[in-house]
Amino acid sequence: MLNRYPAWKNILILLVVIWGLLYSIPNLYPDDEAIQISNATFPVTEADLAGITSALEAAQIEFFGEEVEDGSVLLRFNDVNDQLRAKSAIEEALTDDYIVALNLAPTTPGWMQAIGAGKMSLGLDLQGGVHFLMEVDMDAALQRRMEDTLSNARSILREERIRSRGMNLIDNTHLELRFGSAQDRSAARSILAETFIEMQFQNRDAEGMSILDIRLMPDTILQIQRDTLQANRTTLINRVDALGVSEPTVQQQGSDRIVVELPGVQDPAQAISILQRIATLQFHLEAEPGAPSTSYETYEFEGQLLNVDNDVILQGDRISSVRPSLDQNGLPQVQINLDAQGGNQINRVTRDNVGRNMDILLIETRSRTNTYLDENGEEVEETEFYEDKRLISHATIRTALPRTFVITGLSQREAMDLSLLISSGSLAAPMTIVEQSVIGPSMGAENLAQGIEGVEVAAALVVLFMFAYYRVFGLAANVALVMNILLIFAVLSSVLPATLTLPGIVGIVLTVGMAVDANVLIFTRIREELSAGMSPQQAIDSGYDRAFTTILDANLTTFLVALVLFSIGSGPVKGFAVTLMIGIITSMFTAIVGTRALINLIYGGRKVQKLSIGSYPAPEKTAT
Amino acid sequence: MIDIQDTSIDFMGVRKIAGTISAILVVVSIISLAVNQLNFGLDFTSGTAVRLNYSEAIDLESVNAALNNNGYDEAVVVNFGSDRDIRVLLPVDETVAVTDQAAQAAEVGETIAALLRNNSGSEITLMGSDYVSAKVGAELAEQGGLGMLVALGIIMVYIAVRFQFKFSVGAVVALAHDLIITLGIFSLFRIEFNLNTLAALLAIIGYSLNDTIVVSDRIRENFRRMRKGSPLEMVNVSLNQTLGRTLITSFTTLLVLFSILFIGGEATQGFAVALIIGVVIGTYSSIYIASNVILYMNVTREDLMVPVKEGAELDEIP
Repeated sequence: MLNRYPAWKNILILLVVIWGLLYSIPNLYPDDEAIQISNATFPVTEADLAGITSALEAAQIEFFGEEVEDGSVLLRFNDVNDQLRAKSAIEEALTDDYIVALNLAPTTPGWMQAIGAGKMSLGLDLQGGVHFLMEVDMDAALQRRMEDTLSNARSILREERIRSRGMNLIDNTHLELRFGSAQDRSAARSILAETFIEMQFQNRDAEGMSILDIRLMPDTILQIQRDTLQANRTTLINRVDALGVSEPTVQQQGSDRIVVELPGVQDPAQAISILQRIATLQFHLEAEPGAPSTSYETYEFEGQLLNVDNDVILQGDRISSVRPSLDQNGLPQVQINLDAQGGNQINRVTRDNVGRNMDILLIETRSRTNTYLDENGEEVEETEFYEDKRLISHATIRTALPRTFVITGLSQREAMDLSLLISSGSLAAPMTIVEQSVIGPSMGAENLAQGIEGVEVAAALVVLFMFAYYRVFGLAANVALVMNILLIFAVLSSVLPATLTLPGIVGIVLTVGMAVDANVLIFTRIREELSAGMSPQQAIDSGYDRAFTTILDANLTTFLVALVLFSIGSGPVKGFAVTLMIGIITSMFTAIVGTRALINLIYGGRKVQKLSIGSYPAPEKTAT
Repeated sequence: MIDIQDTSIDFMGVRKIAGTISAILVVVSIISLAVNQLNFGLDFTSGTAVRLNYSEAIDLESVNAALNNNGYDEAVVVNFGSDRDIRVLLPVDETVAVTDQAAQAAEVGETIAALLRNNSGSEITLMGSDYVSAKVGAELAEQGGLGMLVALGIIMVYIAVRFQFKFSVGAVVALAHDLIITLGIFSLFRIEFNLNTLAALLAIIGYSLNDTIVVSDRIRENFRRMRKGSPLEMVNVSLNQTLGRTLITSFTTLLVLFSILFIGGEATQGFAVALIIGVVIGTYSSIYIASNVILYMNVTREDLMVPVKEGAELDEIP
């Protein structure tokens, strides 16, 4: 029988519809304003919660839904005002090492969360916050590596008693060594090539000198850039955590840039001052038992208190590379390479202190806001910077350490973490903010409300028009249109955890306008076939059939354009491209398969005299 | 309801006139782009923009005067959406080191808001601020141009493979026509050209192409099906057959765009304006330009005689 879908096809469509509904519904549940309290070094417990709740009760701030989960405390509030007042009350009650972050807590029922149905996250332009694009100074990173190489080469040649007539840094990737004779040069070349396997060597003769050119290999340059970017990203993630921002984004963009997005943050100046500072690293010996208490400071490390001697035996800037690796038994370790001077320093200290412990401190600049009353009795906020020192490694010196040494006895995870922390304190290069955008919270709310209203009005107008023009068929197209919007929201909320931005909403609105195009193509075809004298059932079948190629061609080319937009564009252009691509795919499904199923249900498998598809010219009577 | 299905308009009868009008529009646009240039927004230049909301309508002159009298000589003040919203544009301060510009830009918002509060009776809310360094601005402009060229190139190849080379020339000429005239209108009326407008321009490529492909599809089909008739007649028949769909889709898209323009808020207005211009011109060009070029290149039945296997088994894709 013509125009009937097999049962499996109808069931499949029904399943997609149910899926779309299920995964788009969570967006209707508004989030609760919440505060999350955590601590970088230990899990927060019920005992802390008791302290926090009594502080809130003292300040007469209402809260609900408090819970302790995964070592952090979550409290919910009635509105933003309570949330902000609570934040300062809690910060006052707790010590500085607690992180008090503003957050939004979902209110979707538990079973929805269990099947992974959540809300889509909103972009900064829809919820307010600060956006930074930071550029990492790669030239500085390369230059540092070459300067290390230069000083290492100098000390190696001195040890080998090879005389050089001068060494120069030509540029960030090129070093020039001058020798009096070709013999000296070849001796130097063979000894240096052993040490610097990541360098390219080349002989050159000029001005009566034998010159050896040492260049960074392209692969090594890429590796240095990757390491530096990773180190900077780690540093930024640490800082952002300390800012107490919920759901921050710290993402690599291109080869030398990092995007930082901080929802809810309203003071960009403070954020900048924290983000732009570079962390430093210090190596110390553990204080000997019985040492005078003025000669050490006490730090917490993995649950125990350790006394660290005040003398710095090595600064982080002497580290030339660090990476997690495996020893010959396959056990995780962290390998640290120092430059020549650093090698000498650590060797001198460690050979007299075998058996003692060596500690590594990571020093970060953090800020805190103090509120006090000035002489007029008004509240004044003041931002104060302080150094936050953290013990990140505690290991026993087994032997006099050479330039390259390893820290062992770690789990794989610990080795990775330690390596990242060390590199964040030693390899990070200076960063410049090249783009910045501050979106006030009222602006974000306004954008969101207007965007959603735009979608609603646009959809309503199109729906009215389609029904007026195509009647029953228009109705089918309208059901498909609504389905299409639900599917886009469902995909954005669950499949692709993409962020919805304002250009993204525009992309959805545009899809609404263009999605009906497929139906217009099909319906005009059906009308044409009816005018040509086909029976209604045949006209439906032939209309869908013949419009399909055109729809495919048209959508494929638009998809290609969206793909180009996505791969070349950044930020807003990308957001637009993503929703456009999703919209093209879902609209192909709803406009072709979805409407066909509906039309089949209405007209399929029975005798039909006339289709309700608006007016079309009657077929010319032909004698048979 | 008007019936636009059973028409027999001689579109290609006026092809010379249409071609001439388009040529004039393109030349005028290019002259305007060369003389007037585009009014590039912050995204493509550099500097700081501060957005402020007033509790009552504000006179731009007084804001300008207040800023100029307080050391912001180079500040430009424009309305932004409504007469209560303004945007203050400041050039990059070259005397400040690049690394400190962002921090300075972050503070300038509060400073200007405070300054204007002292000079005005109405309440002022700082809605936000943007800072773009000179380097990023230049890069974005480069990326945008590149994106456009890559998109055009890919489309040309796709159509040449799916249809025929003459069709791909027709489509690309139509696209270039649409883009140049849209840009021309932007430069003629000094409408700000920013990242959103760029995205809109790329969307116009997608939209205009959609239209052209639908018409080309029908021309191809008719060439293969109809035994008699000159190429010109066949193009005319195809245009008439697709006219209903072309107009209805343009109409629904315009419905949507006008609702964005009037409801979507200032942030998306530039986008909507660019697309409205693009859709109108794109609709015109898919009728008069793409087909015109195909005819100029002497399209023949033989060009399209290799039937592509498709259709029957494809339409069962769920």
